[in-house]
Amino acid sequence: MSSTIEQNSPTTVMQERLDQFQARIDADEKIEPKDWMPEEYRKTVLRQMSQHAHSEVIGMQPEGNWILRAPCLRAKKILLAKIQDEGGHGLYLYSAAETLGTGREALIESLHNGKAKYSSIFNYPTLNWADIGAIGWLVDGAAIVNQVSLQRTSYGPYARAMVRICKEESFHQRQGYEIMTTMMRGNSAQKEMAQDAMNRWWWPALMMFGPHDKDSAHTQQSMQWRIKRESNDVLRQRFIDKTIDQAHLIGLTIPDEQLKYNEDTKHWDIGPINWDEFWQVVGGHGLCNEQRMKHHIRAHQDGQWVREAANAFAQKQISFN
Amino acid sequence: METQQALYQYAVRLGDNSLIMAQRLAEWCSNGPILEEDLALTNAALDYLGEAENYYNYALSLEPDGRTADDLAYLRNERQYYNCLLAEQPNGDYAQTMVKLALFSAYLKLLYDALSQSTDTNLSALASKSLKEVKYHFRHSSEWMIRFGHGTEESKSRAQQAIYELWRFTSDMFETTAADATLKGIVPDPASIQSEWNSVINDLLSRCGLKKPEDPYQVKGGYQAKHTEHLGHILCELQFLQRAYPGAKW
Amino acid sequence: MEQDNQLPLWEVFIQKNNGLPFKHEGSIHASDAAMALQNARDIYTRRGEGRTIWVVPSSAIAATTVEDEAEFFDPSDDKIYRHPTFYVMPEGAKQI
Repeated sequence: MSSTIEQNSPTTVMQERLDQFQARIDADEKIEPKDWMPEEYRKTVLRQMSQHAHSEVIGMQPEGNWILRAPCLRAKKILLAKIQDEGGHGLYLYSAAETLGTGREALIESLHNGKAKYSSIFNYPTLNWADIGAIGWLVDGAAIVNQVSLQRTSYGPYARAMVRICKEESFHQRQGYEIMTTMMRGNSAQKEMAQDAMNRWWWPALMMFGPHDKDSAHTQQSMQWRIKRESNDVLRQRFIDKTIDQAHLIGLTIPDEQLKYNEDTKHWDIGPINWDEFWQVVGGHGLCNEQRMKHHIRAHQDGQWVREAANAFAQKQISFN
Repeated sequence: METQQALYQYAVRLGDNSLIMAQRLAEWCSNGPILEEDLALTNAALDYLGEAENYYNYALSLEPDGRTADDLAYLRNERQYYNCLLAEQPNGDYAQTMVKLALFSAYLKLLYDALSQSTDTNLSALASKSLKEVKYHFRHSSEWMIRFGHGTEESKSRAQQAIYELWRFTSDMFETTAADATLKGIVPDPASIQSEWNSVINDLLSRCGLKKPEDPYQVKGGYQAKHTEHLGHILCELQFLQRAYPGAKW
Repeated sequence: MEQDNQLPLWEVFIQKNNGLPFKHEGSIHASDAAMALQNARDIYTRRGEGRTIWVVPSSAIAATTVEDEAEFFDPSDDKIYRHPTFYVMPEGAKQI
């Protein structure tokens, strides 16, 4: 008798639902928007998708900084198409986030009031044309390692957005590496710019994977729910291993004196990451944090009357013909 | 003027119009009123960039001297650019950009439609391809003008202000140059394009509930490479790397 | 702060080639149908993925929920006579 009472107690019912949910996850089922999910799962997925969406959109700024100055017609077309993709990816991800019932206006408001974050990498400035190469090769390269893994994330709309994004992103890293290659084959000023960009973007790119696993607050639960499929350190090492060879191939030096190939593990060992810098930038003290946010808020506010006009027009239902 | 030389000048002018418009539209990247419009304007900018490259390449095929489309885009000065004045005007607010794009794409739509029938088969092929693109730009921008005209008081007044500010640059698009005269029969008569354009725009403005300025004052000179001060600054940015590192390959 | 608006949400369906079914590709925001079609074009057909586009206001879509799943779909599980493999054909029967 006592067990019946216990079974019906709210905590037990909740535990059963949690167990069923975990069983679905363990069976590699996708969780869809209307499915029951633990509140913490909903929050985590929403936070991650919104952060990811904001990163794509804010990422348009440092690259956009060079659209008007792209050095030839081909480069200008490619860069425009690439930044356009980033905007599209932001849009796919906002849509995925919206399936959880939070509208895009609310997501943008959270960005503006500082509750939502975006990837800190975009708080670094793009100072020369090689930075566009470095962003494509290193920043997108790091992002892709993460995104490929996220194609198997447990939340259905997020996974589907990632599949589409990965398909489109595949040219981004190549265009970046092509810029670096061309510059490394160019004159001494170009080589210097390429190495300078490498020096400035290498460490921030490694920081993109987040703190070491032992220091990462969210990793364990996210892994159990298969929101995140592989840990920060695993993904970071994968990126390091493939990128170092690419750098050496075109004659770039990795700005790490402790860099060493480890024969035992068959991986590259790197020197210590400057986490103080990481937390400084996350905390808002990067070179461009304020600039990026002001830019986004300004564009958003400037567009307010346009959106109001579009809505007002729709209310009047005037035909175009 | 010989036909060949006139065709060269004509093609370069088409390329310049597209390139400068592309550069202006690209400025909207990450600045649009809504993410969807950011992508729409980038698409238009990419269309114009592609057109510019095509027209430059055609021009160079007529006078092959080893120069490339990039040389034309990046190594000429203000007084060697032949785009219309409208293209180089600043973007202003979104109403101004949409009005500018509508006025400009309406012109190109009529021009390319006529050029697609040209006896110069290269030119007609390029024009046919561009025509699809500029038709879409006109659709997109003219619909926004209609939304603004019937949206809110603010949007209507911004759109009206944009027309007042940009109207004086419109006749410049239809100026007849020596090249036009030489190419009579191969390219359309600018005056006939202008009269068609007037009726398209009159119709659009009436659908928007907007009007032309009462003062018909017009400024001209783009096709003679006599520009407003804006072009120099566009070229500063456009050409920076090519000028800073002469001869470098990118 | 004034009430912001990102314009209503629409669902986008794209037919990739003549004769194929329309497939749900994602969503966009737009204030009217003309804008929705153009936004869908600019966002979902940048790589030649489209031939025809449908857009539908998201609010117009009715959907079953996960709670409906059992009563909606399970009853069809045992109706195996709806499948051709259920039927026993005599040896040698052809083209059936």
